[in-house]
Amino acid sequence: MIQKEVASLQAAVADIADGATVMIGGFGTAGLPNELVGALLEQGAKDLTIINNNAGNGETGLAALLAARRVRKIVCSFPRQVDSHHFDRLYRAGEIELELVPQGNLAERIRAAGAGIGGFFTPTGYGTELAKGKETREIDGRMYVFETPLHADVAFIKAERGDRWGNLTYRMTARNFGPVMAMAAKTTIATVHEIVPLGTLDPECVVTPGIFVHRIVRIDRVATSAGGFRQ
Amino acid sequence: MAEAKWSRAEMAARVARDIPDGAVVNLGIGLPTMVANHLPQDREVVLHSENGVIGMGPAPREGEEDFDLINAGKQPVTLLPGGVFFHHADSFAMMRGGHLDVCVLGAFQVSASGDLANWHTGAPDAIPAVGGAMDLAIGAKKTYVMMEHTTKSGEPKIVERCSYPLTGIGCVTRIYTDLAVIDVTPRGLVVVESVDGLPFDTLQARTGAPLVRA
Repeated sequence: MIQKEVASLQAAVADIADGATVMIGGFGTAGLPNELVGALLEQGAKDLTIINNNAGNGETGLAALLAARRVRKIVCSFPRQVDSHHFDRLYRAGEIELELVPQGNLAERIRAAGAGIGGFFTPTGYGTELAKGKETREIDGRMYVFETPLHADVAFIKAERGDRWGNLTYRMTARNFGPVMAMAAKTTIATVHEIVPLGTLDPECVVTPGIFVHRIVRIDRVATSAGGFRQ
Repeated sequence: MAEAKWSRAEMAARVARDIPDGAVVNLGIGLPTMVANHLPQDREVVLHSENGVIGMGPAPREGEEDFDLINAGKQPVTLLPGGVFFHHADSFAMMRGGHLDVCVLGAFQVSASGDLANWHTGAPDAIPAVGGAMDLAIGAKKTYVMMEHTTKSGEPKIVERCSYPLTGIGCVTRIYTDLAVIDVTPRGLVVVESVDGLPFDTLQARTGAPLVRA
């Protein structure tokens, strides 16, 4: 029997090793798996490489992981935010490595990893600082930059509903990076607000098929900005 | 200065006039966001946001915000009938793949050949952040830039060559400033219109690259 449901956040992240590359879904607070990041902080893994669109906000989640100096390197498109002070401080002190990636390249490099693609030529970034030193090629009269796939050991995804096979649905713009990150990691861990019996999710509406998901944990809805619900 | 400048609202209304019925449009953060408030009522214009939504509606009423439904600026929005959600790789495929009709972006500088600089000042202590700017700039069928004609200290923002780090090369179609509407064309920067009472030579003097009369 396939049973991907894991009883607790702690159990879901227990085997993440020092030096692991961890993808974290989310854009703004939508789809941000803060509960898993909190469990990882508690678990203690260090020397991590984090792949996320941003570089942490305020004091919780990724920002707390940064503040605890667990992160060696961050791969993201938009680190600078009004409340990204933990990242800002570490970056200015030279205590964290930043790989800045245009957001579409970030998404496509993650997708490529999940799809078994060894790299791709994209027009994005051609002629800019972010393409410096990269292979370029003219294709049908247009210039392209070669970009490589982004793999991870672990992906943290926040979805809406799931079943024991790991099939997932999402909620509105909380979908964002979830489906592509789920494909690109050796171990994908998803939190959902509801785990339903097999056959309950409309197969036409499943966004991430369970083959891309390894562990699924139910979390409470919170009446915060991340949950999208008011209680 | 005898001539009046266009206000930000007037600039937004001017951009909105150029967006045709049926267009799918991405409005950048800041000044471009204002264009949404000036779209003519008789046109069906569909708004795309990089974080995975097409058919974005206006801000929700206070108390009805849902932070699972936000725009690229992370502000709560609403979904119009027909609106859909999709993941990030699809969202950027829409941009890069040339499926968006128009994107409207802010800028630090635009060059005579339509190079865009809008993501980074290059200042040594600045933390670089690019987001979706590079994908948007090169992907849409038309890339419109909306910006003040000069910096606060009066330096031209339309220049021969950008001194700030580039976002994209030759990607800008049309520039809307508080003084003029200018097309980037193979024969140069063509002034489509300018504020009342502004002589061509004065506009040229405030522009860092040669202008061409329409």
